[in-house]
Amino acid sequence: MIEVRNLSKYFRDKKRGEIRAVDGVSFRCLPGQIYGLLGANGAGKTTTLRMLATILEPTGGTAIVCGHDIVEHPERVRADVGFLSTATALYPRLTARELVQYFGRLNGLDDAILKTRVDKIFDRLDMNGFRDRRCDKLSTGMKQKTSIARTLVHDPAVMIFDEPTLGLDIMTARTITAFIRECRDLGKTVIFSTHIMSEVEKLCDVIGIIQNGKLLAEGSLQQLREKYGEQDLEEIFVKVVAPHYVSSEDH
Amino acid sequence: MSLRNIGIVYRKELTEALRDRRTLVSSILIPLFLFPILTFGIGYAFVEIAGEATREPSKIMILGGEDSPDVVKDLREARNLRVVRRSADYVDLISDKKIRAAVDIPPGFQAGIVRGDHPEVKIYIFKDDLKSMLGASRIEKLFTEYRDAMVRGRLASENLPESLMKPFDIDQQNVVSDEKVAGESYGGLITYLVILMCMTGAMYPAMDLTAGEKERGTMETILSSPIERTHLVFGKFLVVLTASLATATLSVISMGGSFAILSRFARDQSMGEGFPMLTMHPKTVLAVFVMALPVAVLFSAVLMTISLFAKTFKEAQSYLTPMTFVVIVPAIAAVLPGIELTSKLALVPILNVSLLCKELVTGTYHWNYIALIFFCTCLYAGVALFLAVKMFQRESVLFSS
Repeated sequence: MIEVRNLSKYFRDKKRGEIRAVDGVSFRCLPGQIYGLLGANGAGKTTTLRMLATILEPTGGTAIVCGHDIVEHPERVRADVGFLSTATALYPRLTARELVQYFGRLNGLDDAILKTRVDKIFDRLDMNGFRDRRCDKLSTGMKQKTSIARTLVHDPAVMIFDEPTLGLDIMTARTITAFIRECRDLGKTVIFSTHIMSEVEKLCDVIGIIQNGKLLAEGSLQQLREKYGEQDLEEIFVKVVAPHYVSSEDH
Repeated sequence: MSLRNIGIVYRKELTEALRDRRTLVSSILIPLFLFPILTFGIGYAFVEIAGEATREPSKIMILGGEDSPDVVKDLREARNLRVVRRSADYVDLISDKKIRAAVDIPPGFQAGIVRGDHPEVKIYIFKDDLKSMLGASRIEKLFTEYRDAMVRGRLASENLPESLMKPFDIDQQNVVSDEKVAGESYGGLITYLVILMCMTGAMYPAMDLTAGEKERGTMETILSSPIERTHLVFGKFLVVLTASLATATLSVISMGGSFAILSRFARDQSMGEGFPMLTMHPKTVLAVFVMALPVAVLFSAVLMTISLFAKTFKEAQSYLTPMTFVVIVPAIAAVLPGIELTSKLALVPILNVSLLCKELVTGTYHWNYIALIFFCTCLYAGVALFLAVKMFQRESVLFSS
């Protein structure tokens, strides 16, 4: 489970002064659910998820991930989290198998368990054809599968996806969305960010709309439709965000 | 501190480094082949040129000497001299290296000697030109022999002993070991090489493991794993240190081997007079590497810290290039004659180790300086490593892209 409590992140910029990338955000994400964080570019999605993955340290507030505080025990949090984003690239000079093994070892798996785990994941994701090929020789789809295998190797209870389909072709994107659904079906807590409405409609059990670092609306798709009197998620999004909208450059 | 995690990072980074062509070239191939190529290329050319100059007769010109036929005859008959026709433009001919020297025999030279005058023979040369200097020394030798023969004849006619010419001998005797002689000749060079190669070897992996990682987008991937950042820095740092020491070791081995072969070759070519053999005691080699170790730690940590500020590999290169001069200047200063280790210089990073290693190579062990410099360098290295760890914990540095 993820419980976000008044989470904030401020950056200092020489020209623009203090930037509130995330400003007092609170929400809960339960096991077996997909929580979709929907927002425009620069809304604060990536910063929120990076804080949950403990890559960034919060300026204020905190979050409890699988019972561990992200500020006090970041290493324990990371051991329970699988983090995937378009920015999490692969080591080009390692093979797919070496890369997955490396992250398995960093997660404390011993060699016997690691071998079983890697074989199982490679079978499930149909990766055996390129398991010993270097990552810089893999196609985009193969790379995505390797990234998925990397996030799964330690069998985390929480999966965090930051715009995982950004810039991918339709077939590769479908592999990712299928994988996200599978994680939910396995009872994992899943949170993912996107600005693609159709993905949210298809995948999310709970949707949080974020803008200027603030969580402006939250609920299931049905609840949001009822609250804002619109059927189309895009219309709902515009209704929620428009009064607060400042372009990412200005923000 | 988890040695297991540091070991995991170290093995992975080393595997990647060994698969990277650029790392292999900068850390292994260049130190292995640069010195043999330089030593044999330059050394062979020198030995060949010097050998050729020794074998071929020097082209010279005789100015005057019409009334001194004996001397002129000796010059013309000398096997290692070839006399060309006299001309007024001998200065230009020497400058253009068409002739090597010209000897000016004053009028009435032979008769003047008999009378007891003190005539002066002039030799015109191209100063510091090897072949011109050789030609001049051949002429001078011939005149010296002529003079000695004349004095011997006069002494004999007066029934005086030949020893009057040379009442006593002077003989220079070397009293220090070959190791010290070689250390004096090559100590500065070896030290300079070890320090420079520690830096060169560390440079590429330091950039690749920090700025390169940011550029490739793998920094966020590794930071999302449970490894502590301190362990991550140590794992990476140890790979940079390995590359630094490997490069320095390979360079010294390669240079030592090249020198040994070249010395033998020079001796075979009868060029070996005053060419000291590079002989180093294993204890000295060990001492140099013990002192080089904290220097390599210092370089590895500093280069990693600076590279971490860059967003791309190219940017890191532009930051680190000036560092080369920061290292070269004190390393060269130590090679210059006259600069010796003092307690103040013992505190100056790089220069202190350079000066100390120069002494170590000559077999001199000043234990107080060794302790002080080792401690200082370890301290600087520790501070640099601490900074590297701190930088790895700064979000503004890690996510500057």
